[in-house]
Amino acid sequence: MNVHEYQAKEVFKSYSIPVPRGGLAQTPQEARKVAQDIGGEKWVIKAQVHAGGRGKAGGIKLASSLDEVEKIAGEMIGMTLVTHQTGPEGKKVRMVLVEEAMDIVKEYYVGLTLDRSREAVAIMASTEGGVEIEEVARTSPEKIFIEYLDPVRGFSDYQGRKLAIKLGLKEHLRAVAGIFKGLARLYLEKDCSLAEINPLVLTSDGRVLALDAKINFDDNALFRHPDVRELWDPEEEDPKEREAKEYDISYVSLSGDIGCLVNGAGLAMATMDIIKYCGGEPANFLDVGGGADKEKVAKAFSIILQDPNVKAILVNIFGGIMRCDVLAEGVVAAAKELGLKVPLVVRLEGTNVEKGREILGSSGLDIINASDMYDAARKVVEAAGGSVKAE
Amino acid sequence: MSILVNKETKVITQGITGNNGRFHTRQCLDYGTQVVGGVTPGKGGMEVEGVPVFDTVREAVEATGADASMIFVPAPFAGDAIMEAADAGIKVIVCITEGIPPLDALKAKKYVKEKGSVLIGPNCPGIITPEECKIGIMPGYIHKKGPVGVVSRSGTLTYEAVDQLTRRGIGQSTCVGIGGDPIPGTNFVDVLTLFQEDPETKAIVLIGEIGGRAEEEAAEFIKERVTKPVVAFIAGRTAPPGKRMGHAGAIISGGSGKAEDKIRALEEAGVAVAPTPAHIGETVEKVMKEKGLL
Repeated sequence: MNVHEYQAKEVFKSYSIPVPRGGLAQTPQEARKVAQDIGGEKWVIKAQVHAGGRGKAGGIKLASSLDEVEKIAGEMIGMTLVTHQTGPEGKKVRMVLVEEAMDIVKEYYVGLTLDRSREAVAIMASTEGGVEIEEVARTSPEKIFIEYLDPVRGFSDYQGRKLAIKLGLKEHLRAVAGIFKGLARLYLEKDCSLAEINPLVLTSDGRVLALDAKINFDDNALFRHPDVRELWDPEEEDPKEREAKEYDISYVSLSGDIGCLVNGAGLAMATMDIIKYCGGEPANFLDVGGGADKEKVAKAFSIILQDPNVKAILVNIFGGIMRCDVLAEGVVAAAKELGLKVPLVVRLEGTNVEKGREILGSSGLDIINASDMYDAARKVVEAAGGSVKAE
Repeated sequence: MSILVNKETKVITQGITGNNGRFHTRQCLDYGTQVVGGVTPGKGGMEVEGVPVFDTVREAVEATGADASMIFVPAPFAGDAIMEAADAGIKVIVCITEGIPPLDALKAKKYVKEKGSVLIGPNCPGIITPEECKIGIMPGYIHKKGPVGVVSRSGTLTYEAVDQLTRRGIGQSTCVGIGGDPIPGTNFVDVLTLFQEDPETKAIVLIGEIGGRAEEEAAEFIKERVTKPVVAFIAGRTAPPGKRMGHAGAIISGGSGKAEDKIRALEEAGVAVAPTPAHIGETVEKVMKEKGLL
């Protein structure tokens, strides 16, 4: 689960990680008020959306008067921000964070994430802050310093000191080591999948603070963090993805025109792949899950039906726990309720497959049956009006 | 021969009184698996599907001699259930449960390793040695005894592959679903090592997906140590970066974990990569015929 920068900074504060003074504003007038309360002569106005790359897209701006703060906030609130992480449709800015501007001497990077190969949480630090860390890892890996957290022991203070010294911040050892410790504690205590400060800055008045803040919380651990769950901003999500989430369906919206309903994540990805292989473009990833009942299948099917881009639908089911008859009942229920206006290709296999085919066959729905995955993909590409790529 | 489980394996179900635990205990019994008991704290003394229920894994092991466990315990408690099994001396721990917090999985895995046990999963379909022992949720009837070892990060996609093999008359030695989480208890390299050593396994199918570097690590291992032919399929060529594709582990982040990189690494290691999931069976048949294994 992603959160906004302003929320991440609130969490930082509770772990004694210093951040610039600032406040959230939903109107230009509020922005002016926040700036006035902070005082000083220069402020930064930052668009609050769940996406990186805001600076380049015009979502982070500097103001040197209260009038300018109000003007910039006015322009920013309501605009659609398009960054490399938002997709071409962009994200609407509903609020801005107004902060004191810092006089920066140097920028650093600090981040924690799970290193799958090492099977440990890694805490990474780099002298190259303010740029993409993946880029640094590619071009100058020697500038990234890493410590691993023990799965049982967790983080030890000396690891923070080691990293601070490697960054050349010996003069600010206590402050910097404290930030590492706070961030590591936050990561472990709140079950994060990413906790990142990029950049961490050293200012001309000798302070070290988190200029930006990014936290991803692990969805699987939200059950034990009700406080984190409250930070969820449903407005930031694709409405279809949000609806799917409420029903515990894995759904990812894509840009193509072939809707897919599949059981199992691997098979769902493979279904998208084979559609593309046959010359089509999937409109979504959808894993209805193993233990889905009729209602859940109907919900999943209706989410696909509601996507205006969908020109044809492919249902690909290999029933294991998922029973084909349950699937068929759900599809029929949703199609009858919402009306099926696009071609539907069905490939059923596995548990209770005969019953499933019978239910679909006697439903009166116009269904194109497919014998296997490849056949299904070719038929759905054709049904969507595309030309099937020859093998 | 086979790997990890066979007709001698004695299995208990942790979380046997829940819907899934009960249902799949029945399915496994029907397949012929020796399910000898179950565990649900507080429900000791009951009987479910004809097998006795115990309060703790240790009691179950002492009473039944079980050496494998199938876990359906809900995610918040599953990490603990894994450790309880390892502590009681269970050798093969199969965790079906999905949604275990990664930090819990890390701790559990470390503990299982210290105890010298094997953890399969979490978030996996389980393991099956056809016609001998099924521990998990896979449909038993699609499997057939034979020479191909299957290892996979995905559930239903494995069924797809196995079904294609069986329809072509090609059976399987053992099929292991290692699961879709970022930290699997058993990884590709662990299973490849066992398949390479198993005399009955003549060829290997590896099914991977986007996210992490497990397939690249498998490719390196295959290049150096695996002499048996390997056929692979990688799901997620068309997945967009930054989006979790159902499985917690299936996400392309920061430019790593892409399908193309994995396919390239496997091909460089001499692995035949099927172009689509529908071509897995066909590719295996072709490769095995070329090597004179069919």
